[in-house]
Amino acid sequence: MKFLTATFLTALLAFISGLFLPWWGMAITSLLVAVLIHQKAGKAFLAGLLGVFLLWAGLAWWIDMKNNGVLSTKIASILPLGGNSLVLIAVTGLIGGLVAGLAALSGSFLRSTSK
Amino acid sequence: MRIIPFAISTIATTGLVFALNRPLGPLPMPAGKFLSPQHGFWQNAEPAGQRFDADLTFPDLKGKAEVYLDERLVPHVFAENDEDLYFIQGYLHAKFRLFQMDLQTKAAAGRASEIAGKKAINYDKEQRRLGMVYAAENAMKEVDKDPVSKAMFDAYTNGVNAYINSLKETEIPVEYKLLNIKPEKWSNLRSALLLKMMAKNLSSGTESDLANTNAKSVFIPDELKMMYPQVPDSLMPIVPKGTVFDKPGIVPVKPATADSLYFDKKETVAAREISKPDINNGSNNWVVAGSKTQSGAPILCNDPHLELSLPSIWYEIQLKTPTSNAYGVSLPGSPFIIIGFNDSIAWGVTNAQRDVKDYYEIKFKDKSKQEYWFNGKWEKTTLKEETIKVKGGAEIKDTVAYTVFGPVMFDESNPDTLRGKRNLAVRWVAHDPSNEAATFYKLNRANNYDDYAAAIKLFECPGQNFVFASKSGDIAIWQQGKFPARWNGQGLYVMPGEDSSFMWQGFIPQAENPHSKNPERGFLESANQRPVDSTYPYFIPGSYITARGVTIENKLSAMSGITPADMMALQNDYFNTLAEDARGILLKYVKENELSPTEKKYLDLFKSWDLMAAPDSKGQTVYQCWWDSLEVAIWKDDLSRTKPMSPWPGRQITMELLKRDSAMKFIDNINTPANETLYDLVTAALKNASANLAKAEAEGKLEWTKYKNPTVYHLIKDLKGFARPNLKVGGNGDIINAVTHSHGPSWRMIVQLTATTEAYGIYPGGQNGNPGSKYYDDYINNWVEGKYNKLWFMRDGDKTDKNVKWVMKFDKG
Repeated sequence: MKFLTATFLTALLAFISGLFLPWWGMAITSLLVAVLIHQKAGKAFLAGLLGVFLLWAGLAWWIDMKNNGVLSTKIASILPLGGNSLVLIAVTGLIGGLVAGLAALSGSFLRSTSK
Repeated sequence: MRIIPFAISTIATTGLVFALNRPLGPLPMPAGKFLSPQHGFWQNAEPAGQRFDADLTFPDLKGKAEVYLDERLVPHVFAENDEDLYFIQGYLHAKFRLFQMDLQTKAAAGRASEIAGKKAINYDKEQRRLGMVYAAENAMKEVDKDPVSKAMFDAYTNGVNAYINSLKETEIPVEYKLLNIKPEKWSNLRSALLLKMMAKNLSSGTESDLANTNAKSVFIPDELKMMYPQVPDSLMPIVPKGTVFDKPGIVPVKPATADSLYFDKKETVAAREISKPDINNGSNNWVVAGSKTQSGAPILCNDPHLELSLPSIWYEIQLKTPTSNAYGVSLPGSPFIIIGFNDSIAWGVTNAQRDVKDYYEIKFKDKSKQEYWFNGKWEKTTLKEETIKVKGGAEIKDTVAYTVFGPVMFDESNPDTLRGKRNLAVRWVAHDPSNEAATFYKLNRANNYDDYAAAIKLFECPGQNFVFASKSGDIAIWQQGKFPARWNGQGLYVMPGEDSSFMWQGFIPQAENPHSKNPERGFLESANQRPVDSTYPYFIPGSYITARGVTIENKLSAMSGITPADMMALQNDYFNTLAEDARGILLKYVKENELSPTEKKYLDLFKSWDLMAAPDSKGQTVYQCWWDSLEVAIWKDDLSRTKPMSPWPGRQITMELLKRDSAMKFIDNINTPANETLYDLVTAALKNASANLAKAEAEGKLEWTKYKNPTVYHLIKDLKGFARPNLKVGGNGDIINAVTHSHGPSWRMIVQLTATTEAYGIYPGGQNGNPGSKYYDDYINNWVEGKYNKLWFMRDGDKTDKNVKWVMKFDKG
């Protein structure tokens, strides 16, 4: 339950941060979530990673669907990812997830203080 | 706190954020920001169902205006006055084409290195040494003298900046995100720079003075005349043959020293321009009178050939106020409609191809370049310090000396292009103060021939063939520009610059520019050929292209009862006129008994070819390879006598020389003891070509379209993902449908001037410059197939018409 709450909250706060802050704002919010909802390092990392992975990949997928893949196929051939939109969506999610996961890891370690 | 793990993971996090927030690897964009769906490129993925309605207020507007967007995203702008009209045109250009405007004008000003880094330094140096900014500043001074022009440019600039100011960082075009740069504010000078870039593309590459100077150092005058004749045999001039020209208003006098200091000089030049515009920058336009059409109304057609790009160089638009109403294509970066029609007339342009740029040799007093020898004394130069900012590198400084002729383009501090010691100043008409934009302002509002003639008079550079038709039934064409009146041979080669004796003595009076109105034959055409036959009383060198004019003239002469559909077919015609002549030569001189079975196979393909450069034609591929190979066999040995090489004689010229004399002197290969004949060369050329053809065939590329692979590249060619390759379209540079690998008809337009104007047009691109929009390249498939969009000339009563998809409302506030 804690894990799911952390994951959901990570995604939600990352989304809100994205409206007002630069892209790396979600690193701060993911860290905060890990501090608020304390889990062991591994779980915190996973919750952070999953939260932003789902947010970023989900948003990308939603945007891509409305766009009929017009832009993603082009960008995926420039990057180069073989022109594959799904790979690009996955890479988008992973990059975001990795940053959030690491931030959450820090959060988890930080919370260990009070114990 | 678990300090060490916390420290490690925090450092890892910030390290990763930092790494993803700056350029990574060869791509300049920060990966994290670029990929973030709320910040990066995903924000540019325009939903397929995107609506473009808007309610906008700007303090710069004077009144209300509406923009009605149709289903192709063409805006129909209805404004109450001119200022608001051009404010909105600027706003729309920026909204849909901001990156291209920004990039093109930065490149024009010699600032490409700010985006591309080190590799663009030499390009930037050349732009500055050619005096591009100087030319734009001179043009702007002229604009500032004319209150109407100034007001229009100001309004346009305000419109562009209004959009830029409203732009959120997440909304900037995707190219900025990829390149990690920001949009720059617009200014009137940047519009002038854009127009000067057109001037460069169309009037800077039309001379070969430097290479000609080298040719003169080894070839005797008779040889030069053979290789580079002024009037080709097959010429069909723009002004119908038999037209009688007035006595010249100015007769330039050849200086007494012309032979000793100029014609007989054998010095070579090592200097070379690195970004010389494509000689194929040509175009077709023609107009047929009511006497030749089914409707009885004139039909005007135009297809300018330019480097094809995405976003396209053109943006379609209708601009209407209570006193004017015009439709056509505009250049993002400039107000007005450049090619189009209004309620009364239609107009189009092709390039004049005239030589309006010469080089003069300068003698500096010393390395400081502060003084140069002119008319018997040391004159002061004006030194312009240029600073080129380089992305990821140190600034480059360059000092350019300006003389009475113009900027010194080549000197010791431009060593990449000069191995010798000659200082060359450039005299170019594009440097002279002029206000070309005023021509378009007036043309957009012209009601008849007199208005048109008055409008184009202001146009000085690049020289253009303005074709015209009116609802009252007139047809006309003017080759308009400011052209130097040259003595015979002046400016073909680098000229002495130590005194005024070799300077231009004046310009051809405007009224004597080649023109024709309502000729008896009922049509006029231009396709970059020499505008007049040899009876024109001026010496007018240029980079003329002959073949397309011949094809068009032959076709139009034979046609009657013409409809717009006939004109569409003609604009997409694949007939290869030059090959018709060349085929006779190739078949006559090939020694069939010396051919291998493979070579024989290609010969048979060529024999059965229908002379059409159609997409699936194999004969066209054989012809092109064979003829190109023959040209190499004829000329390479001779031209290689100079370094850098003398210019290649034109394809048409080579054909004409062979037609005239099959034993002409250049056939012999000077590097072999044997005395080669045309039989030997034609046969050897087929053998050479066959090797290439066999290779192409093995790769499945024998069909013409596969062989040349027509491609519309993005403005940044490296962004292959934004390009459209493998377009199944035929044609070639000297064929009416002039599509080469990446160059060709950039806008095809047909206007029938019946009571209700009937107009068609298409360009290989789309209205929205955003690669993430379905409107980015949506015209390309139809353009390939030779189809057209019907141009909807919207009326006041059409505001609720079903063609209106979206409405943008503008108001002051």
